[in-house]
Amino acid sequence: MKGDNYMYIKFDAKSINESVARMTVAAFMMHMNPTLDEIQDVKTAVSEAVTNAIIHGYPETDLVNSKEGECSEKNEIEMICAQEDETLKITIIDKGVGIENVEEARKPFFTSKPDEERSGMGFAFMETFMDVLDVESRVGKGTKVTMIKYIERKDEQ
Amino acid sequence: MDNRILPYQVSGQVLHYIMPKEVDHHVAQSLCKELDMLVDAHQIRELILDFKETEFMDSSGIGVVIGRSKTLGFRSGKVNVMHLGKRIEAIFKASGLYKVVGLKEE
Repeated sequence: MKGDNYMYIKFDAKSINESVARMTVAAFMMHMNPTLDEIQDVKTAVSEAVTNAIIHGYPETDLVNSKEGECSEKNEIEMICAQEDETLKITIIDKGVGIENVEEARKPFFTSKPDEERSGMGFAFMETFMDVLDVESRVGKGTKVTMIKYIERKDEQ
Repeated sequence: MDNRILPYQVSGQVLHYIMPKEVDHHVAQSLCKELDMLVDAHQIRELILDFKETEFMDSSGIGVVIGRSKTLGFRSGKVNVMHLGKRIEAIFKASGLYKVVGLKEE
């Protein structure tokens, strides 16, 4: 498929939106003619990034969420998908607490919440399943995760 | 929301649990509670997590499995998994989960 495409969505930082985010991206990339594996790779990576934003970006929301099922504040996540020929670029932004040490956070099995049964594999999975991963973060300002996946054009036969 | 009717079977001290279609952080929260409750109530020594219906799993699912193998470990029990599709198997391999759980053949 030729041409460019763009999508921007903004949603509440609620765990119920994890599936909304990955299904939306799957629909967006469909016309790039991806393989099933490629769709699954992207869905997994998006799920990881959005989950990180909810749990770590807005830690208080997560607490309130699980207790009362409602957010006290308006905590939002932005997701931008951009396609340029065979390149799919996904950006996920939160305006949460930020990450003090990005390098450390990206290490496999690193988790800031060891008592909460987190696997510490979030960034490792994004790295494994996508072709490029870039993480920018500022404490108190938020985190921006940019991921790129190359969806090779299949020969039309 | 997981609205299946009794996705599990208890025989003796063995709990056979059919995992949900999608295992993400949202589902994992209530899933962990349910599994712990069942393990406790039936004094389970072997937990079999059956992935035959699971189409999607992210690292939250790994947390579920690792967490359960810890709780079962406290009661000197164990966790086994079965019916891993290609995708779930890849996730298990990428995270070294095979070190903490056993694979059960039908």
